[in-house]
Amino acid sequence: MGHVDRAREFVRDESRTKWHDESLWFVRAKRDEAADTVPDWEALRDEAATIKRDALSRLPDLWRQFETAATEAGAVVHWARDAEEHNQIVLNLLEERGFRRVVKSKSMLTEECGLNPFLEARGIEIIDTDLGERIVQLRNERPSHIVMPAIHLKRSEVGKLFEKEMGAPVGLDDPDALTALARQDLRKRFLAAEAGITGVNFAVAETGSFVVVTNEGNADLGTALPSLHIACVGLEKIIPAPGDLAPFLRLLARSATGQPISAYTSHFRGPREAEDIESPAPAMHIVIVDNGRSDLLAQPSFRDALACIRCGACLNTCPVYRRSGGHSYGTTIPGPIGSVLEPSRDPKAHAELPHACTLCGSCTDVCPVRVPLHHQLLTWRAHLAEGGHHPTRRRVAFGLAGRLFAHPRAYEILTKAGRRVARRLPAAWLDRLTSPWTEARTLPPIPARSFREQMRARERQATRGPR
Amino acid sequence: MRVALFVPCYVDQLRPQIGLATLDLLTAAGFEVDFQEEVVCCGQPFLTAGETKRAAALGARFVDAFQNVEAIVTPSGSCAATLRRHLESLVTAPAAASVAAKTFELCEFITKESACPPLSRPFPHRVGLHASCHGLRELGLGTPTETRSATRIDPARELLSRIPELEITSLDRRDECCGFGGTFSVEEAAVSTRMGLDRLEDHGRGGAEIVTSTDVSCLLHLEGLSRRRTLPFEIFHIAEILAASALGHDLRASTEPC
Repeated sequence: MGHVDRAREFVRDESRTKWHDESLWFVRAKRDEAADTVPDWEALRDEAATIKRDALSRLPDLWRQFETAATEAGAVVHWARDAEEHNQIVLNLLEERGFRRVVKSKSMLTEECGLNPFLEARGIEIIDTDLGERIVQLRNERPSHIVMPAIHLKRSEVGKLFEKEMGAPVGLDDPDALTALARQDLRKRFLAAEAGITGVNFAVAETGSFVVVTNEGNADLGTALPSLHIACVGLEKIIPAPGDLAPFLRLLARSATGQPISAYTSHFRGPREAEDIESPAPAMHIVIVDNGRSDLLAQPSFRDALACIRCGACLNTCPVYRRSGGHSYGTTIPGPIGSVLEPSRDPKAHAELPHACTLCGSCTDVCPVRVPLHHQLLTWRAHLAEGGHHPTRRRVAFGLAGRLFAHPRAYEILTKAGRRVARRLPAAWLDRLTSPWTEARTLPPIPARSFREQMRARERQATRGPR
Repeated sequence: MRVALFVPCYVDQLRPQIGLATLDLLTAAGFEVDFQEEVVCCGQPFLTAGETKRAAALGARFVDAFQNVEAIVTPSGSCAATLRRHLESLVTAPAAASVAAKTFELCEFITKESACPPLSRPFPHRVGLHASCHGLRELGLGTPTETRSATRIDPARELLSRIPELEITSLDRRDECCGFGGTFSVEEAAVSTRMGLDRLEDHGRGGAEIVTSTDVSCLLHLEGLSRRRTLPFEIFHIAEILAASALGHDLRASTEPC
């Protein structure tokens, strides 16, 4: 089952589709208002795009610089070629210390690597501490959005879940009460945790530091209590210097949720200081992960997608995402950016994602780092067709149409015959012949004469003159 | 000035009156208009389906046919956008760049040339203007709601606002996509339908009786949905409305019986 079928299933529930569309449009509208507050929004986008493109052009140098600086600050840097290596490194760090209880703040990278199921299968408890992530974790689901993982769920559904998982009273759907319950439950996990895992929003080469942005402070608590902090970072997250953070921090929260800045912007540099002699010495490990990113970097048509700062604005604005839901994409990252990134990982499995798009271009215009998303989706279509990943019926249909359009005489004869038949067929037959166009649309009356026929008739009349 | 009229296949076959309205408007504006029968398609459906070679072959035909004209005008924002933005990368012929640069959407062209015949006849209707995504974002006809760059003129809106007694109705979402999207409309028919109906509802809330656009493909999609549900909209291409006001064309006599 692909996007087409899952999306069809999603829109079948009309009121839910509208609710989903409107929830996300609300976020898009807040983003618009936030963009209005920045005097030169477009220049800020330019600045961020330039920094990212420069960084992407010299990743090896920047990461080496980062490694040196981070090591000097007392962190240990690991390199992971792929998801498997990443998961194994994390597992080793935990097993070396005999740790079995882990809390994790939001990280799309660990989601991409399948870290949770990997650790759980090895007897390690890993708790997502971002509220939305916790909700989808308890439901055994994937996040449906990269910033708002549980945006597909209504309050009442969260209430039911908490009723089962945390003994919430029946029918509870007050957001504050639900959040309070989750906090109480999570607090126990934070206190019991032996290690805290975080993602990384920005790694700074010059200082070996990194920034984690959250609204819930869960990354801070999750790294302040346990003695071990493991930060997992994708290869594309590096920027040269601390001063480069400014445009990104101004753009990120505004683009993501319409907030001027997120509630917590936490800077980490080396492990925190030991509190006393008895507690285990705090340690910081940073795992730098490639997992297909260098392949994308090697493709000039798509490398700009690595500039993505995972704000989710392209999801919120995408008219298809809003009406088909994050799960319809069947990927870690849904929406426009996911449809650009995922085919590079597995072209066969995701060949149809670039077609889950009308090429409207709203994603490109909303992107804070100017990733030309809709043009990349268009380019993917060509690459995937050439790679033999497109369905035969599409190739055959366009092959025939292409030949027809290159032969105007044949085009004219065939279309004329077609129109003649269409005008005589009973409507129901014609509908069946032109399905799925006519699944929800009624055909207009078919004209007797085409434009070119009418042009010729006019010209003949003009040469003959009026009768 | 001699201009070439490019009438894409679906206008030729399904809405010939839009081609005629375009032709008459251009003629009334004082242009000598050539219609080139050798060109049926700009290649857009092939490009968006990933069939680049087919798109390139049609692009090459386009360049061949139109390299010697002063301007190419088409009543389709998305065809113009395809040619303007992609022709050069598809076709190696040296004329490709100049053909791309001189291809215009109808409203864009007559606004640029300040050559619209006087829009003198009143058109006492409430008209919803559907922004074609490709016109808006690829040709730069108007300012997308996402961007904060300097305001760009939307020629279609500008022309409609000159017509006496025509009221342009408002929309909650000024430039949301209608969901046509070429093959998307059939391959993702369910989502496409939802998107189109949402657009029509928005036009309904604004009080539109007529929905118009610079793009015929968006309109065929919206019209099909409107007909199926017998919604109270009439759907006309902007060339038809301009021709009604400037030349007295009868909008409703357009589907000839013969």
